[in-house]
Amino acid sequence: MKLNLALAQINTVLGDVPRNLEKHLDYIDEARKSGADLIIFPELSLTGYVLQDLTPTVAIHPTPSDPVFSKLLEASKAIDIIFGFVEEDERNRFFIASAYLSAGEILHIHHKVYLPTYGLFDEGRFFAWGNEIGAFDTRFGRVGMLICEDFWHASLPYLLWLDGADIFFFTSASPGRGLPAGSRCDEPARLDSSRWVDDINRAYAGLFTSFVVHTNKVGYEDGLNFWGGASVFDPDGEAVVLGPQHQEALVLAELDLNHLHRTRARLPLLRDERTALVQRELTRINNSRNSSN
Amino acid sequence: MSAELSIDTKLARKILTGFIQTEISRAGFKRAVLGLSGGLDSALTCYLAAEALGADNVMAVRMPYRTSSQDSLDHAQLVIDALGVRSLTIPITEMVDPLINRFPEMENRRKGNIMARERMIILFDQSEDFKGLVVGTGNKTEILLGYSTLYGDSACAINPLGDLYKTQVRQLSAAMGIPKPLIDKAPSADLWTGQTDEGELGFTYEQVDKVLNLLIDQRFTPEECVEAGFAEDFVRQVLTRVRRNQFKRVLPPIAKLSNRTIGYDFLYLRDWGT
Repeated sequence: MKLNLALAQINTVLGDVPRNLEKHLDYIDEARKSGADLIIFPELSLTGYVLQDLTPTVAIHPTPSDPVFSKLLEASKAIDIIFGFVEEDERNRFFIASAYLSAGEILHIHHKVYLPTYGLFDEGRFFAWGNEIGAFDTRFGRVGMLICEDFWHASLPYLLWLDGADIFFFTSASPGRGLPAGSRCDEPARLDSSRWVDDINRAYAGLFTSFVVHTNKVGYEDGLNFWGGASVFDPDGEAVVLGPQHQEALVLAELDLNHLHRTRARLPLLRDERTALVQRELTRINNSRNSSN
Repeated sequence: MSAELSIDTKLARKILTGFIQTEISRAGFKRAVLGLSGGLDSALTCYLAAEALGADNVMAVRMPYRTSSQDSLDHAQLVIDALGVRSLTIPITEMVDPLINRFPEMENRRKGNIMARERMIILFDQSEDFKGLVVGTGNKTEILLGYSTLYGDSACAINPLGDLYKTQVRQLSAAMGIPKPLIDKAPSADLWTGQTDEGELGFTYEQVDKVLNLLIDQRFTPEECVEAGFAEDFVRQVLTRVRRNQFKRVLPPIAKLSNRTIGYDFLYLRDWGT
Protein backbone atom coordinates (compact mmCIF):
# COMPACT_ATOMS: atom_id res chain seq x y z
CA MET A 1 0.00 0.00 0.00
CA LYS A 2 1.23 3.46 -0.89
CA LEU A 3 0.71 6.69 1.07
CA ASN A 4 1.37 9.98 -0.70
CA LEU A 5 2.34 12.75 1.66
CA ALA A 6 2.60 16.50 1.15
CA LEU A 7 4.78 18.21 3.76
CA ALA A 8 3.87 21.89 3.86
CA GLN A 9 6.85 23.73 5.37
CA ILE A 10 5.24 27.17 5.44
CA ASN A 11 5.85 30.63 6.81
CA THR A 12 3.06 32.22 8.86
CA VAL A 13 1.71 35.66 9.68
CA LEU A 14 2.15 36.14 13.42
CA GLY A 15 -1.26 36.14 15.06
CA ASP A 16 -3.32 36.51 11.86
CA VAL A 17 -5.47 33.38 11.69
CA PRO A 18 -7.56 34.38 8.62
CA ARG A 19 -4.47 34.98 6.47
CA ASN A 20 -2.84 31.77 7.65
CA LEU A 21 -6.06 29.87 6.97
CA GLU A 22 -6.04 31.22 3.43
CA LYS A 23 -2.51 29.88 2.94
CA HIS A 24 -3.56 26.50 4.37
CA LEU A 25 -6.41 26.27 1.88
CA ASP A 26 -4.07 27.17 -1.02
CA TYR A 27 -1.53 24.53 0.00
CA ILE A 28 -4.28 21.96 0.56
CA ASP A 29 -5.55 22.63 -2.94
CA GLU A 30 -2.07 22.27 -4.41
CA ALA A 31 -1.40 19.06 -2.46
CA ARG A 32 -4.72 17.59 -3.61
CA LYS A 33 -3.88 18.40 -7.23
CA SER A 34 -0.48 16.71 -6.76
CA GLY A 35 -2.24 13.51 -5.78
CA ALA A 36 -1.37 13.62 -2.05
CA ASP A 37 -3.49 11.64 0.41
CA LEU A 38 -2.42 13.64 3.46
CA ILE A 39 -0.97 17.11 3.97
CA ILE A 40 0.98 17.96 7.12
CA PHE A 41 1.45 21.54 8.35
CA PRO A 42 3.93 22.58 11.08
CA GLU A 43 3.33 23.34 14.76
CA LEU A 44 1.03 26.34 15.30
CA SER A 45 0.61 26.67 11.54
CA LEU A 46 -2.61 28.68 11.92
CA THR A 47 -1.08 31.28 14.22
CA GLY A 48 2.72 31.54 14.10
CA TYR A 49 4.98 30.54 16.97
CA VAL A 50 6.09 33.29 19.40
CA LEU A 51 2.55 34.27 20.35
CA GLN A 52 3.09 35.47 23.91
CA ASP A 53 0.10 37.70 24.79
CA LEU A 54 -1.52 36.99 21.41
CA THR A 55 -2.29 33.47 22.64
CA PRO A 56 -5.86 34.04 23.92
CA THR A 57 -6.76 36.11 20.86
CA VAL A 58 -5.87 33.42 18.29
CA ALA A 59 -7.32 30.40 20.11
CA ILE A 60 -10.11 28.40 18.50
CA HIS A 61 -12.54 25.72 19.61
CA PRO A 62 -12.11 22.69 17.37
CA THR A 63 -15.78 22.20 16.60
CA PRO A 64 -17.74 22.27 13.33
CA SER A 65 -19.38 25.52 14.45
CA ASP A 66 -16.04 27.36 14.58
CA PRO A 67 -15.72 29.39 11.34
CA VAL A 68 -12.00 28.59 10.88
CA PHE A 69 -12.15 24.95 11.91
CA SER A 70 -15.20 24.31 9.74
CA LYS A 71 -13.31 25.40 6.60
CA LEU A 72 -10.53 22.90 7.31
CA LEU A 73 -13.05 20.17 8.12
CA GLU A 74 -14.71 20.86 4.79
CA ALA A 75 -11.33 20.75 2.99
CA SER A 76 -10.55 17.40 4.66
CA LYS A 77 -13.29 15.77 2.60
CA ALA A 78 -10.83 15.75 -0.32
CA ILE A 79 -7.54 15.10 1.49
CA ASP A 80 -6.51 14.25 5.06
CA ILE A 81 -5.02 17.20 6.96
CA ILE A 82 -2.75 17.64 9.97
CA PHE A 83 -2.41 21.24 11.14
CA GLY A 84 -1.36 23.17 14.23
CA PHE A 85 -3.38 25.68 16.24
CA VAL A 86 -4.09 27.08 19.69
CA GLU A 87 -7.00 25.27 21.32
CA GLU A 88 -9.04 26.88 24.06
CA ASP A 89 -10.88 24.23 26.06
CA GLU A 90 -14.24 24.63 27.78
CA ARG A 91 -12.50 25.81 30.94
CA ASN A 92 -10.43 28.40 29.04
CA ARG A 93 -7.10 26.65 29.13
CA PHE A 94 -4.93 27.19 26.06
CA PHE A 95 -3.10 24.27 24.46
CA ILE A 96 -0.65 23.96 21.60
CA ALA A 97 -2.62 21.46 19.52
CA SER A 98 -2.41 19.36 16.36
CA ALA A 99 -5.53 18.02 14.70
CA TYR A 100 -5.87 15.15 12.25
CA LEU A 101 -8.89 15.70 10.00
CA SER A 102 -10.24 13.16 7.51
CA ALA A 103 -13.43 12.95 5.45
CA GLY A 104 -14.88 15.98 7.23
CA GLU A 105 -14.33 14.49 10.69
CA ILE A 106 -11.84 14.99 13.53
CA LEU A 107 -9.92 11.74 13.96
CA HIS A 108 -7.64 12.96 16.71
CA ILE A 109 -6.40 16.05 18.54
CA HIS A 110 -3.07 16.03 20.36
CA HIS A 111 -2.18 18.58 23.03
CA LYS A 112 1.55 19.26 23.33
CA VAL A 113 2.71 17.50 26.49
CA TYR A 114 6.18 19.02 26.91
CA LEU A 115 6.27 22.81 26.81
CA PRO A 116 9.87 24.04 26.65
CA THR A 117 10.32 26.87 29.14
CA TYR A 118 14.03 27.52 29.18
CA GLY A 119 16.62 29.32 27.09
CA LEU A 120 14.81 31.10 24.28
CA PHE A 121 11.56 29.19 24.95
CA ASP A 122 8.71 30.43 27.12
CA GLU A 123 5.80 28.13 26.30
CA GLY A 124 4.97 27.11 29.87
CA ARG A 125 4.19 30.73 30.65
CA PHE A 126 1.39 30.94 28.10
CA PHE A 127 0.11 27.40 27.56
CA ALA A 128 -1.38 24.51 29.51
CA TRP A 129 0.42 21.17 29.48
CA GLY A 130 -1.22 18.34 27.54
CA ASN A 131 -1.82 15.24 29.60
CA GLU A 132 -2.46 12.37 27.19
CA ILE A 133 -0.67 10.36 24.55
CA GLY A 134 -2.45 8.06 22.15
CA ALA A 135 -2.14 6.47 18.74
CA PHE A 136 -5.21 6.48 16.50
CA ASP A 137 -6.51 4.74 13.40
CA THR A 138 -6.59 6.30 9.94
CA ARG A 139 -7.33 4.95 6.50
CA PHE A 140 -3.57 4.36 6.16
CA GLY A 141 -3.16 2.42 9.41
CA ARG A 142 -2.50 3.38 13.00
CA VAL A 143 -0.47 6.53 13.54
CA GLY A 144 0.61 9.00 16.24
CA MET A 145 1.25 12.75 16.42
CA LEU A 146 3.73 14.68 18.57
CA ILE A 147 4.70 18.34 18.64
CA CYS A 148 8.33 19.49 18.74
CA GLU A 149 9.61 19.22 22.36
CA ASP A 150 7.36 16.14 22.77
CA PHE A 151 9.71 14.08 20.64
CA TRP A 152 12.79 15.22 22.56
CA HIS A 153 11.45 12.99 25.33
CA ALA A 154 11.98 9.43 24.14
CA SER A 155 9.10 8.17 26.28
CA LEU A 156 6.44 9.70 24.04
CA PRO A 157 7.44 8.11 20.71
CA TYR A 158 7.96 4.90 22.70
CA LEU A 159 4.42 5.05 24.09
CA LEU A 160 2.97 5.75 20.64
CA TRP A 161 4.89 2.78 19.28
CA LEU A 162 3.48 0.48 21.96
CA ASP A 163 0.04 1.93 21.35
CA GLY A 164 0.24 0.73 17.76
CA ALA A 165 1.58 3.66 15.76
CA ASP A 166 3.45 2.62 12.62
CA ILE A 167 3.74 6.15 11.26
CA PHE A 168 4.85 9.04 13.48
CA PHE A 169 3.81 12.53 12.46
CA PHE A 170 6.02 15.11 14.16
CA THR A 171 5.48 18.85 13.72
CA SER A 172 7.68 21.73 14.85
CA ALA A 173 8.28 25.44 14.93
CA SER A 174 11.97 24.97 15.60
CA PRO A 175 14.04 28.15 15.94
CA GLY A 176 17.30 27.83 14.02
CA ARG A 177 20.45 28.04 16.14
CA GLY A 178 24.03 26.91 16.21
CA LEU A 179 26.09 28.07 13.24
CA PRO A 180 28.41 25.20 12.42
CA ALA A 181 32.02 25.71 11.49
CA GLY A 182 32.75 25.67 7.73
CA SER A 183 30.39 23.45 5.73
CA ARG A 184 31.34 20.04 4.48
CA CYS A 185 31.29 20.02 0.72
CA ASP A 186 29.30 16.76 0.55
CA GLU A 187 26.18 18.22 2.14
CA PRO A 188 24.39 21.57 2.09
CA ALA A 189 25.03 23.97 4.96
CA ARG A 190 22.59 23.57 7.83
CA LEU A 191 22.22 24.74 11.42
CA ASP A 192 22.94 22.55 14.43
CA SER A 193 19.24 22.57 15.37
CA SER A 194 18.34 21.12 11.97
CA ARG A 195 20.93 18.39 12.28
CA TRP A 196 19.86 17.48 15.84
CA VAL A 197 16.23 16.99 14.80
CA ASP A 198 17.09 14.85 11.78
CA ASP A 199 19.50 12.77 13.85
CA ILE A 200 16.89 11.84 16.43
CA ASN A 201 14.13 11.28 13.87
CA ARG A 202 16.39 8.95 11.90
CA ALA A 203 17.14 7.14 15.17
CA TYR A 204 13.43 6.79 16.07
CA ALA A 205 12.67 5.39 12.62
CA GLY A 206 15.38 2.77 13.03
CA LEU A 207 14.68 1.97 16.71
CA PHE A 208 10.94 1.65 16.21
CA THR A 209 11.14 0.21 12.68
CA SER A 210 8.51 2.78 11.71
CA PHE A 211 8.04 5.77 9.42
CA VAL A 212 8.92 9.13 10.96
CA VAL A 213 7.53 12.20 9.21
CA HIS A 214 8.52 15.72 10.27
CA THR A 215 7.31 19.14 9.14
CA ASN A 216 8.81 22.38 10.44
CA LYS A 217 7.96 26.05 10.02
CA VAL A 218 10.05 28.46 7.92
CA GLY A 219 10.54 32.24 8.00
CA TYR A 220 11.46 34.72 10.71
CA GLU A 221 9.79 36.06 13.84
CA ASP A 222 11.77 39.10 14.99
CA GLY A 223 15.34 37.76 15.18
CA LEU A 224 14.42 34.05 15.22
CA ASN A 225 14.72 32.04 12.03
CA PHE A 226 12.90 28.77 11.34
CA TRP A 227 14.68 26.30 9.11
CA GLY A 228 12.02 24.17 7.42
CA GLY A 229 13.79 21.00 6.27
CA ALA A 230 10.81 18.63 6.28
CA SER A 231 11.82 14.98 6.34
CA VAL A 232 10.61 11.41 6.07
CA PHE A 233 12.65 8.45 7.35
CA ASP A 234 11.68 4.88 6.52
CA PRO A 235 11.66 1.89 8.95
CA ASP A 236 15.32 1.23 8.14
CA GLY A 237 16.22 4.78 9.18
CA GLU A 238 16.92 5.87 5.61
CA ALA A 239 15.76 9.27 4.36
CA VAL A 240 12.85 9.05 1.91
CA VAL A 241 12.88 12.81 1.39
CA LEU A 242 14.63 15.85 2.86
CA GLY A 243 13.02 19.23 2.17
CA PRO A 244 14.96 22.44 1.50
CA GLN A 245 16.36 24.49 4.38
CA HIS A 246 14.98 27.96 5.13
CA GLN A 247 12.44 28.22 2.33
CA GLU A 248 8.77 27.55 1.89
CA ALA A 249 8.00 24.34 0.02
CA LEU A 250 5.41 21.67 -0.49
CA VAL A 251 7.56 18.56 -0.25
CA LEU A 252 6.03 15.40 -1.73
CA ALA A 253 6.91 11.88 -0.59
CA GLU A 254 5.56 8.46 -1.45
CA LEU A 255 5.64 5.95 1.41
CA ASP A 256 5.58 2.26 0.59
CA LEU A 257 3.79 0.94 3.68
CA ASN A 258 4.82 -2.63 2.84
CA HIS A 259 8.27 -1.51 3.95
CA LEU A 260 7.08 -2.08 7.54
CA HIS A 261 6.56 -5.77 6.78
CA ARG A 262 9.97 -6.16 5.18
CA THR A 263 11.92 -4.38 7.92
CA ARG A 264 10.11 -6.08 10.79
CA ALA A 265 10.57 -9.51 9.20
CA ARG A 266 14.28 -8.84 9.33
CA LEU A 267 14.40 -6.97 12.62
CA PRO A 268 11.67 -8.00 15.14
CA LEU A 269 12.36 -5.23 17.69
CA LEU A 270 8.66 -4.62 18.22
CA ARG A 271 7.94 -8.35 18.73
CA ASP A 272 10.71 -8.60 21.32
CA GLU A 273 9.91 -5.44 23.26
CA ARG A 274 9.36 -6.36 26.91
CA THR A 275 6.73 -3.94 28.10
CA ALA A 276 5.99 -5.80 31.33
CA LEU A 277 9.66 -5.46 32.27
CA VAL A 278 9.54 -1.74 31.47
CA GLN A 279 6.45 -1.30 33.59
CA ARG A 280 7.91 -3.27 36.50
CA GLU A 281 11.16 -1.34 36.45
CA LEU A 282 9.42 2.03 36.04
CA THR A 283 7.32 1.26 39.08
CA ARG A 284 10.41 0.32 41.04
CA ILE A 285 12.31 3.43 39.89
CA ASN A 286 9.41 5.75 40.62
CA ASN A 287 9.07 4.28 44.10
CA SER A 288 12.77 4.42 44.87
CA ARG A 289 14.58 7.25 46.58
CA ASN A 290 16.62 7.83 43.45
CA SER A 291 13.61 8.76 41.35
CA SER A 292 13.98 12.20 39.79
CA ASN A 293 10.25 12.59 39.14
CA MET B 1 41.05 31.94 14.38
CA SER B 2 40.16 29.30 16.95
CA ALA B 3 38.00 26.43 15.77
CA GLU B 4 35.15 27.33 18.15
CA LEU B 5 34.73 30.74 16.51
CA SER B 6 34.86 29.50 12.95
CA ILE B 7 31.49 29.77 11.17
CA ASP B 8 29.84 28.46 8.05
CA THR B 9 29.83 31.76 6.17
CA LYS B 10 27.48 30.60 3.42
CA LEU B 11 24.79 29.73 5.92
CA ALA B 12 25.34 32.91 7.97
CA ARG B 13 25.02 34.97 4.79
CA LYS B 14 21.79 33.24 3.81
CA ILE B 15 20.18 33.67 7.23
CA LEU B 16 21.27 37.29 7.65
CA THR B 17 20.16 38.46 4.19
CA GLY B 18 16.85 36.67 4.77
CA PHE B 19 16.55 38.43 8.13
CA ILE B 20 17.18 41.90 6.66
CA GLN B 21 14.80 41.35 3.77
CA THR B 22 12.03 39.88 5.93
CA GLU B 23 12.19 42.23 8.88
CA ILE B 24 12.34 45.38 6.73
CA SER B 25 9.46 44.32 4.51
CA ARG B 26 7.34 43.20 7.50
CA ALA B 27 7.70 46.68 8.93
CA GLY B 28 6.27 48.01 5.66
CA PHE B 29 9.55 49.13 4.06
CA LYS B 30 11.83 47.94 1.30
CA ARG B 31 14.82 50.17 1.85
CA ALA B 32 17.67 50.53 4.32
CA VAL B 33 19.80 53.40 5.60
CA LEU B 34 23.14 52.86 7.27
CA GLY B 35 26.17 54.81 8.36
CA LEU B 36 29.26 53.74 6.46
CA SER B 37 32.29 54.55 8.59
CA GLY B 38 34.98 52.94 6.49
CA GLY B 39 35.29 50.16 9.08
CA LEU B 40 34.49 46.51 8.68
CA ASP B 41 31.21 46.20 10.61
CA SER B 42 29.39 48.81 8.56
CA ALA B 43 30.96 47.54 5.33
CA LEU B 44 29.68 44.02 6.00
CA THR B 45 26.26 45.35 6.96
CA CYS B 46 26.20 47.29 3.70
CA TYR B 47 27.13 44.19 1.69
CA LEU B 48 24.42 42.14 3.39
CA ALA B 49 21.80 44.89 2.97
CA ALA B 50 22.64 45.34 -0.71
CA GLU B 51 22.35 41.60 -1.29
CA ALA B 52 19.08 41.43 0.65
CA LEU B 53 17.34 44.49 -0.78
CA GLY B 54 19.18 45.41 -3.98
CA ALA B 55 21.86 48.10 -4.13
CA ASP B 56 19.39 50.76 -5.24
CA ASN B 57 17.43 50.29 -2.02
CA VAL B 58 20.39 50.96 0.25
CA MET B 59 21.50 54.45 1.31
CA ALA B 60 25.03 54.50 2.72
CA VAL B 61 25.85 57.70 4.57
CA ARG B 62 29.39 58.88 5.26
CA MET B 63 29.50 61.31 8.20
CA PRO B 64 33.08 62.50 8.75
CA TYR B 65 34.23 64.83 11.52
CA ARG B 66 37.16 67.13 10.83
CA THR B 67 39.55 64.74 12.58
CA SER B 68 38.27 61.66 10.78
CA SER B 69 40.99 59.97 8.79
CA GLN B 70 41.05 60.16 5.01
CA ASP B 71 41.39 56.37 5.03
CA SER B 72 37.94 56.08 6.59
CA LEU B 73 36.37 58.11 3.78
CA ASP B 74 38.33 56.26 1.11
CA HIS B 75 37.50 52.83 2.48
CA ALA B 76 33.81 53.71 2.69
CA GLN B 77 34.02 54.84 -0.94
CA LEU B 78 35.50 51.44 -1.90
CA VAL B 79 32.35 49.81 -0.53
CA ILE B 80 30.04 52.28 -2.27
CA ASP B 81 31.81 51.74 -5.59
CA ALA B 82 31.95 47.97 -5.25
CA LEU B 83 28.23 47.62 -4.50
CA GLY B 84 26.72 50.55 -6.39
CA VAL B 85 24.58 51.53 -3.40
CA ARG B 86 23.27 55.05 -3.07
CA SER B 87 25.42 57.33 -0.98
CA LEU B 88 25.56 60.66 0.78
CA THR B 89 28.37 62.46 2.56
CA ILE B 90 27.25 64.67 5.42
CA PRO B 91 30.12 66.14 7.47
CA ILE B 92 29.17 66.57 11.12
CA THR B 93 31.82 69.09 12.17
CA GLU B 94 29.65 72.17 11.86
CA MET B 95 26.85 70.45 13.77
CA VAL B 96 28.81 69.13 16.73
CA ASP B 97 31.52 71.76 17.18
CA PRO B 98 29.19 74.45 18.59
CA LEU B 99 28.28 72.09 21.44
CA ILE B 100 31.82 70.80 21.91
CA ASN B 101 33.22 74.36 21.94
CA ARG B 102 30.92 75.40 24.78
CA PHE B 103 32.88 73.10 27.07
CA PRO B 104 36.61 73.72 26.51
CA GLU B 105 37.52 71.05 29.10
CA MET B 106 35.54 68.35 27.27
CA GLU B 107 37.46 65.08 27.04
CA ASN B 108 37.52 62.69 24.11
CA ARG B 109 34.87 60.32 25.39
CA ARG B 110 32.23 63.09 25.63
CA LYS B 111 33.15 64.35 22.19
CA GLY B 112 32.94 60.84 20.78
CA ASN B 113 29.49 60.33 22.27
CA ILE B 114 28.27 63.63 20.80
CA MET B 115 29.56 62.60 17.36
CA ALA B 116 27.93 59.18 17.60
CA ARG B 117 24.62 60.73 18.59
CA GLU B 118 24.81 63.34 15.83
CA ARG B 119 25.30 60.54 13.34
CA MET B 120 22.25 58.82 14.79
CA ILE B 121 20.19 62.00 14.20
CA ILE B 122 21.34 62.12 10.59
CA LEU B 123 20.59 58.46 9.93
CA PHE B 124 17.11 58.62 11.40
CA ASP B 125 16.44 61.80 9.42
CA GLN B 126 17.58 60.02 6.25
CA SER B 127 15.37 57.12 7.27
CA GLU B 128 12.38 59.44 7.03
CA ASP B 129 13.51 61.01 3.77
CA PHE B 130 14.64 57.83 2.01
CA LYS B 131 11.80 55.75 3.49
CA GLY B 132 14.26 53.14 4.68
CA LEU B 133 14.92 51.56 8.06
CA VAL B 134 18.19 52.18 9.87
CA VAL B 135 20.21 48.98 9.91
CA GLY B 136 22.57 48.72 12.86
CA THR B 137 26.17 47.60 12.58
CA GLY B 138 27.04 46.53 16.13
CA ASN B 139 28.62 43.10 16.62
CA LYS B 140 28.32 40.69 19.53
CA THR B 141 31.71 41.59 20.99
CA GLU B 142 30.98 45.29 21.26
CA ILE B 143 27.41 44.75 22.46
CA LEU B 144 28.61 42.45 25.24
CA LEU B 145 31.45 44.79 26.22
CA GLY B 146 29.21 47.85 25.95
CA TYR B 147 31.71 49.38 23.54
CA SER B 148 29.21 51.71 21.90
CA THR B 149 27.33 54.95 22.54
CA LEU B 150 23.84 54.46 23.91
CA TYR B 151 21.34 56.11 21.53
CA GLY B 152 24.29 56.77 19.24
CA ASP B 153 25.82 54.05 17.09
CA SER B 154 23.76 51.45 18.96
CA ALA B 155 20.48 53.02 17.76
CA CYS B 156 18.87 51.13 14.90
CA ALA B 157 15.72 49.40 13.67
CA ILE B 158 17.28 45.98 13.13
CA ASN B 159 20.68 44.51 13.88
CA PRO B 160 21.99 41.74 11.61
CA LEU B 161 25.52 41.40 13.08
CA GLY B 162 24.64 41.34 16.78
CA ASP B 163 25.18 37.59 17.16
CA LEU B 164 28.58 37.51 15.41
CA TYR B 165 31.79 38.13 17.32
CA LYS B 166 34.24 40.56 15.74
CA THR B 167 36.50 37.73 14.58
CA GLN B 168 33.46 36.11 12.93
CA VAL B 169 32.62 39.45 11.27
CA ARG B 170 36.10 39.33 9.75
CA GLN B 171 35.54 35.79 8.53
CA LEU B 172 32.18 36.59 6.90
CA SER B 173 33.60 39.81 5.43
CA ALA B 174 36.42 37.91 3.75
CA ALA B 175 33.95 35.35 2.37
CA MET B 176 31.79 38.14 0.93
CA GLY B 177 34.72 39.69 -0.88
CA ILE B 178 34.96 42.94 1.05
CA PRO B 179 38.04 44.90 -0.09
CA LYS B 180 41.17 43.73 1.68
CA PRO B 181 42.28 47.11 3.13
CA LEU B 182 39.11 47.11 5.26
CA ILE B 183 39.72 43.59 6.54
CA ASP B 184 43.41 44.15 7.29
CA LYS B 185 43.31 47.49 9.10
CA ALA B 186 43.08 47.91 12.87
CA PRO B 187 39.46 48.36 14.01
CA SER B 188 38.76 51.94 15.11
CA ALA B 189 35.79 54.09 16.02
CA ASP B 190 37.87 56.95 14.51
CA LEU B 191 36.42 59.38 17.03
CA TRP B 192 39.81 60.95 17.57
CA THR B 193 43.13 60.74 15.76
CA GLY B 194 45.02 57.52 16.38
CA GLN B 195 42.19 55.84 18.27
CA THR B 196 42.00 52.06 17.90
CA ASP B 197 39.46 49.75 19.54
CA GLU B 198 42.08 47.35 20.81
CA GLY B 199 44.24 50.19 22.18
CA GLU B 200 41.29 51.64 24.05
CA LEU B 201 39.93 48.30 25.29
CA GLY B 202 43.33 47.05 26.37
CA PHE B 203 43.09 43.65 24.69
CA THR B 204 42.71 42.23 21.20
CA TYR B 205 39.44 41.04 19.68
CA GLU B 206 41.06 37.67 19.07
CA GLN B 207 41.68 37.30 22.83
CA VAL B 208 38.40 38.67 24.08
CA ASP B 209 36.27 36.77 21.58
CA LYS B 210 37.72 33.49 22.82
CA VAL B 211 36.92 34.35 26.43
CA LEU B 212 33.46 35.68 25.60
CA ASN B 213 32.73 32.51 23.65
CA LEU B 214 33.64 30.44 26.71
CA LEU B 215 31.79 32.62 29.22
CA ILE B 216 28.66 33.37 27.22
CA ASP B 217 28.20 30.67 24.59
CA GLN B 218 29.82 27.71 26.33
CA ARG B 219 28.64 28.80 29.82
CA PHE B 220 32.09 28.31 31.40
CA THR B 221 32.62 29.66 34.92
CA PRO B 222 35.42 32.27 35.28
CA GLU B 223 37.46 29.59 37.08
CA GLU B 224 37.07 27.24 34.13
CA CYS B 225 38.26 30.02 31.79
CA VAL B 226 41.38 30.40 33.93
CA GLU B 227 41.89 26.64 33.81
CA ALA B 228 41.57 26.89 30.03
CA GLY B 229 44.60 29.18 30.02
CA PHE B 230 43.33 32.77 30.35
CA ALA B 231 44.74 35.21 32.90
CA GLU B 232 42.44 35.64 35.86
CA ASP B 233 42.60 39.45 35.76
CA PHE B 234 41.62 39.45 32.12
CA VAL B 235 38.65 37.12 32.66
CA ARG B 236 37.42 39.25 35.61
CA GLN B 237 37.85 42.44 33.64
CA VAL B 238 35.80 41.08 30.73
CA LEU B 239 33.08 39.74 33.01
CA THR B 240 32.83 43.08 34.83
CA ARG B 241 32.47 44.94 31.55
CA VAL B 242 29.71 42.57 30.41
CA ARG B 243 27.82 42.98 33.70
CA ARG B 244 28.22 46.74 34.00
CA ASN B 245 26.98 47.33 30.46
CA GLN B 246 23.76 45.33 30.76
CA PHE B 247 21.90 48.69 30.89
CA LYS B 248 22.86 49.30 27.27
CA ARG B 249 21.26 46.04 26.19
CA VAL B 250 17.78 46.51 27.66
CA LEU B 251 15.04 49.10 27.41
CA PRO B 252 14.86 51.43 30.42
CA PRO B 253 12.91 49.72 33.22
CA ILE B 254 9.40 51.00 33.74
CA ALA B 255 8.19 51.35 37.33
CA LYS B 256 5.32 48.94 37.71
CA LEU B 257 2.08 50.36 39.08
CA SER B 258 -0.83 48.83 37.17
CA ASN B 259 -1.87 45.24 36.60
CA ARG B 260 -0.46 45.26 33.10
CA THR B 261 2.81 46.99 32.44
CA ILE B 262 4.81 47.35 29.26
CA GLY B 263 7.86 45.13 29.42
CA TYR B 264 6.65 42.87 32.25
CA ASP B 265 3.23 41.53 31.36
CA PHE B 266 2.49 43.15 28.03
CA LEU B 267 4.44 40.82 25.77
CA TYR B 268 4.40 40.88 21.99
CA LEU B 269 7.04 40.45 19.33
CA ARG B 270 7.69 43.39 17.07
CA ASP B 271 6.45 41.22 14.19
CA TRP B 272 2.99 41.15 15.83
CA GLY B 273 0.39 40.83 13.07
CA THR B 274 2.86 40.64 10.18
